[in-house]
Amino acid sequence: MLEIQDLKWSLPSGDGIINGVSFKTKGGLTVVTGPNGGGKTTLAKLIAGVETPTSGKILLDGEDITGLSVTDRAKKGVAYAFQQPVRFKGITVRDLLELAAGENMKYTSLCDLLGKVGLCAEEYIDREMNAALSGGEAKRIEIATVLARKAKLSVFDEPEAGIDLWSFSRLVETFEEIRSKNEGELIVISHQERILKIADEIVVIADGKIRISGPREEILPQLLAGEYTCSCPKRG
Amino acid sequence: MMENSFNDITAGMLKIISDYDINEGFKGAYNIREDSACAGRQSSENITIAPKSDKPGIDIIVKPNTKGETVYIPACVTHTAVDDLVYNDFHIGKNADVVIVAGCGVHNEGEEDARHNGIHRFFLDEGASVLYKEKHIGTGEGKGLKKIDPVTECYLKDNSRLEMDTIQLGGVDRSTRTTSAELAAGAKIIVRERIMTDNAEEAVTKFSVKLNGEDSGADLVSRSVARGNSHQAFYSVVEGNNRCTGHSACDAIIAENGRVDAQPALNASNVDAELIHEAAIGKIAGEQLLKLCSLGLTREEAEEKIISGFLK
Repeated sequence: MLEIQDLKWSLPSGDGIINGVSFKTKGGLTVVTGPNGGGKTTLAKLIAGVETPTSGKILLDGEDITGLSVTDRAKKGVAYAFQQPVRFKGITVRDLLELAAGENMKYTSLCDLLGKVGLCAEEYIDREMNAALSGGEAKRIEIATVLARKAKLSVFDEPEAGIDLWSFSRLVETFEEIRSKNEGELIVISHQERILKIADEIVVIADGKIRISGPREEILPQLLAGEYTCSCPKRG
Repeated sequence: MMENSFNDITAGMLKIISDYDINEGFKGAYNIREDSACAGRQSSENITIAPKSDKPGIDIIVKPNTKGETVYIPACVTHTAVDDLVYNDFHIGKNADVVIVAGCGVHNEGEEDARHNGIHRFFLDEGASVLYKEKHIGTGEGKGLKKIDPVTECYLKDNSRLEMDTIQLGGVDRSTRTTSAELAAGAKIIVRERIMTDNAEEAVTKFSVKLNGEDSGADLVSRSVARGNSHQAFYSVVEGNNRCTGHSACDAIIAENGRVDAQPALNASNVDAELIHEAAIGKIAGEQLLKLCSLGLTREEAEEKIISGFLK
């Protein structure tokens, strides 16, 4: 379980991006949503250790991990899928997936793993994770590297961004599968209704604070109602 | 065929530079050079290796239409105060398709320099195709410098193809690599060069390619990593003298106090010459390190992985 206590993070200029966020996950799938620029990606980076909070605490299963490096958090069981996939010259898809899994992988395991993001292993495992891959392909491989880790807590930052409808459907199934098999806790930053619909908990972040949070049954109807009444800011 | 006779240092280096199997030996034609002398030689039915009569070195003659054979010509310098100079000429017959494995190792435990200077000339006849693989390595803790200075001249006739895959592993203190090529109609040259320098090592690469024939093409890609206080320089000149395509790329990672100079030049004298150059020098991208650290690697492990992938 992840617990965030009064977390704050500011730009070097002093502008607050995360302005006192506290919540506790309850296992399963937590979806973090909210308007653009509200601080969601920063929150994900703070959890992964890519950014260091100005103040506040992050606890994983009760243990304070706030001061741990990215590597140490990874070793404690935190996995993080970057919103923008990172490219490498000379490192193949297989290399990356094996690094993520921490072991050499059989072809069948690579097939299963890439299948979860709608990719065919035969076509991809020997390709380099370089700029020759399309945005959608790279994004799906990025997601696969996180799935390969079978981590205690996996954080996905807008997994839907840039991937096609069919791959997205497959990904939603994968998230449901992880949740139903209890294979690790998921935090997914997303705006997609289909992901919100499979959430256990929803946290809405705006202006660096939690606007509302709670079980999906309670939060989702409010969000969907808001979508119709507040679609145009001028109409209110 | 003559009996192989070489020392343990050569045996160790042969394994690294030319995948030599101590039990199996080389299959097919080969010539092993050790400390300026021949330490083993064998010709095959289609590939003749003959010593030169006027200067040190060998002629490698591949018969027309030879397919699928590999010829090995490794050279090792195993002690201090050796200045080895060798002239090797490769004559590749019409429509032959062969692999040439030409590694070089320099081992120096002494105070004086140890150097191998190989002057290679490739003559590819019409339609011939060669994959040339070369690994360079320096070993030994002596104060004397380990130097490898290859000079390669390539003459490609119509529709021939030369692919050069070269890699300099660590430990070579000084290296100047000079490669020139002249291409006739439809000929192609592809060069993949990777160089790693550390400590106070220096490596200089000079390419000069003349695309003289119609529809000739060149693709030169150099990847380098300069660490410690090492220095690398990349100079290339691609000349487009006909309808042709030329691409050169220098891609370098620098770490610590490493330095890299890249000076690519393109000269076009024909309106249908399409020449492109790319050059990039920089440190390892922070996001690459972060990504690998997020998979559980330490920063040092991540750096090693990124560099070994880059130079693969």
